[in-house]
Amino acid sequence: MPNQTKIMDHSIRDILHMIREKQVSPNELLDEAYQNIHQVHEQLNAFITIQEKERAVREIQKHEQDHAVFFGLPYSLKDAYCTKDIRTTSASAVLQDFTPPYSATVYEKLQHTGAVLVGKNNQDAWGHGGSTENTDFGPTKNPWNLSCIPGGSSGGSAVAISTRMVLFSIGEDTGGSIRSPASMCNISGLKVTYGRVSRYGTIAYASSLDTVGPMAKSVDDLAFVLKEIAGNDPHDLTSSPLPVPDYPTLIQRDVKKMRIGLPKEFFGEGLTDEVRAVVDQAIKAFERLGVEFVNVSMPYVSLGVSIYYLIAPSETSSNLARYDGIRYGQDRSNFTEETIRRILLGTYALSAGYADELYKKAQKAREILIEEYREALSHCDALLAPVTPSKPSRIGELLSDPMRNLLEDLYTVTINLAGVPSLAIPAGFSSDKLPIGIQLIGKPFDELTLLQLGNAFQQATNWHTEKPPLLEQHP
Amino acid sequence: MTYFPIIGLEIHVELKTNSKMFCGCKNDPFGAGKPNIYTCPVCLGMPGALPRTNRKAVEWTQLLGLALHCNLATQSKFDRKHYFYPDLPKGYQISQYDQPLCENGYIDTSVGRIGIRRVHLEEDTAKMQHILVHGTRTSCIDFNRSGVPLVEIVTEPDIRSPQQAREYAKKIQEIVRTLHISDADMEKGSMRLEANISLSTDGKTLPAYKVEVKNINSFRFLEKACTFELERHEKLLTQNAVPVQETRGWSESKNGTVSQRSKENAEDYRYFPEPDLPPMRFSDEDFEKIRAQLPELPEDAISRYILAGIPENIARTVAQNRSFAGVIDALLVSSHKNMVVSVAQAIVNKKVLVEGKSADVVVAEVTAFSKNDEISESNLQTAVHAVIEEQEKAVADFRSGKQQVLGFLVGMVIRKLGKKIDAKTVAEKLHSAIQA
Repeated sequence: MPNQTKIMDHSIRDILHMIREKQVSPNELLDEAYQNIHQVHEQLNAFITIQEKERAVREIQKHEQDHAVFFGLPYSLKDAYCTKDIRTTSASAVLQDFTPPYSATVYEKLQHTGAVLVGKNNQDAWGHGGSTENTDFGPTKNPWNLSCIPGGSSGGSAVAISTRMVLFSIGEDTGGSIRSPASMCNISGLKVTYGRVSRYGTIAYASSLDTVGPMAKSVDDLAFVLKEIAGNDPHDLTSSPLPVPDYPTLIQRDVKKMRIGLPKEFFGEGLTDEVRAVVDQAIKAFERLGVEFVNVSMPYVSLGVSIYYLIAPSETSSNLARYDGIRYGQDRSNFTEETIRRILLGTYALSAGYADELYKKAQKAREILIEEYREALSHCDALLAPVTPSKPSRIGELLSDPMRNLLEDLYTVTINLAGVPSLAIPAGFSSDKLPIGIQLIGKPFDELTLLQLGNAFQQATNWHTEKPPLLEQHP
Repeated sequence: MTYFPIIGLEIHVELKTNSKMFCGCKNDPFGAGKPNIYTCPVCLGMPGALPRTNRKAVEWTQLLGLALHCNLATQSKFDRKHYFYPDLPKGYQISQYDQPLCENGYIDTSVGRIGIRRVHLEEDTAKMQHILVHGTRTSCIDFNRSGVPLVEIVTEPDIRSPQQAREYAKKIQEIVRTLHISDADMEKGSMRLEANISLSTDGKTLPAYKVEVKNINSFRFLEKACTFELERHEKLLTQNAVPVQETRGWSESKNGTVSQRSKENAEDYRYFPEPDLPPMRFSDEDFEKIRAQLPELPEDAISRYILAGIPENIARTVAQNRSFAGVIDALLVSSHKNMVVSVAQAIVNKKVLVEGKSADVVVAEVTAFSKNDEISESNLQTAVHAVIEEQEKAVADFRSGKQQVLGFLVGMVIRKLGKKIDAKTVAEKLHSAIQA
């Protein structure tokens, strides 16, 4: 049976137009979102908390008069964002009873746009993982194949978008947590420049690497969401005062003569043939658009996993120290094995006698890596690379192999260490029809160029419009 | 064997900024009517909350640094200091590790200079209260104090006696109060003293041990605690034992220190730079703005008074008393400038009360006080001779060299006359009459 086009299949640009022209109502949109949730959520486990529909309807009514920009758009948040009066768990049993008394800046901003929160998404607890298996609320399944992982840690968000349960979601990317699930679920995800979007109210994994970014079906959708969530926040001193471009109006651009670098370190040992073939195909698609490619080299990228797995656990050992059992109701025995591993690794890396050899050395290496990115990006407009070395694994595979689990992050973590933006977009499928994405890496605060390149790619290809077969069973 | 005391002090001072160090909550832990009323996600250490720096607190720390003759750092940052305690909601305290705001200062005491190693800024912890709740002993936490700006002033181990420790601590309190950056009230706890004490055999090399004494809430107890410890160490050392490296607390009831915890292994706080706060950079222009806010410090005022002719002990008292200093400062720039020494003496010796009075009024009162009654030469001579006859013994004492009885005789003459006359004139008359 062929896929039927429904309202939720349209772009945010089109839906906003349709609502303005009274072709569809926000209530119809919400009905469709909840219908999809009821049909597929049970199989996928993409949400930790689903908002009661009645409450969502009331939210629509609140904004009926004020011409809010995202009036009636159903969206979700990774459960890492504090939502006043709505349970926020970070997918950990430690916070299973935690209802924050305050809201994250990103949530407040979106509430002002008139968008409607339908739920809080499943994730790897505290962001620790790339498969959405390391959660105390049951693993999230990949809608393209229920026995596969959806990527992570923002797996629930990617699945909710892919199956049209929401129009967009806010993920959180510390070492690939937006890009990995975007790639594995055939959606688009943007890891923003560190400082582009406020982190206030984001349950921290690793504070110097955490970024708050949009996930949606298309790059054009991302442009709309980014415009609303980006900008300086007095509550986050690491947020940038740079002005926010009007991404949705600037996104159309002829990309001819633009130059993309191919860093050879992203194409070495470990990259599977299937992913390699998809990336090559994407390069050809860009070439047809007139984009030029150059080869670049960034030797420190190969040390990325080592650097990342010293800095991120160090910071997480500190950020998780507050869950000491005195408050929030649950004690430390509720941490998962993966989280305990990271806390121990970080505590060790920061300890007197080891910090010089581990944490401080990693910080020095990070500075060299930042310089490598600056240098590479001074010769081109963006870099192109795979997101993960292989297609989505089967559930359980990575859990039983912690080392391979870490290596899955090889192509994503150095971008967080450098603080630069990176856009993950759908680019093809494996032979068994599992999604494979690519990423475009840009200069600090130059999200616009990435969106322009990604948008041009999506206007020339159809990968991003493909829907998971699961939806076909529920026409 | 002679031992030399080696003492270093760590002084914590709570800044009285309007808001807390890293959030907008009211900074008034002592004025709060109830526990946990001045709190928010930031000072409660809630998941996702982020600190934002109170600029005023940074400026005040730099101001204090200037007053303590420190170098101000052009680059500084905050670090996380990790330890577990129920009053520390994040599991770490935001403090400063290797780049404090101020370094390498000093304070001069009457017996020598004390180096100041560093002055840094951090956040105060919450406060534990062990109280009865429905008849059960319960540990409660009050977060009103959590995140209050706290400055730590660390000396070099330059202090050589309990008396010098006390003098130094008093000077810090005076300076902090002159700058109006803290009440520095030791009873309430807005100023807290910790002493590191040991005994050296040569006064130069640092001993291999030190004992930290906490819970000192007055200058008197500081002096007593240092004395107690030095005597305790000496007793142990003469028996060829080494005092245990530990933290002790001053106990008022025991009138001595008691062991609190062993500190044989250095604690590992796993410091690392606070990623939620960007590093701070300061320009010369920033420093000039701070310097412009620096008021005259007590030591500088004393020097100025001495230069104006006021004896040092009187100058010190004047400098320590805001209303005294106000009168003297006003006089120094007025047409009554020549009166400054006698006015200073009069107000310090409490012959004239100055509270709430203008300089002109004080000058008038001092003048009236010292104005002498008219008295004839013959009346004076009669009184002098009468006293010499009456006070046979005192006169004999004076003749045998006891100069101090002259004052007594002068008093007797004045009393006999029942008038206000210049004591110096009476003394001269007495002197020549007795010698004659």
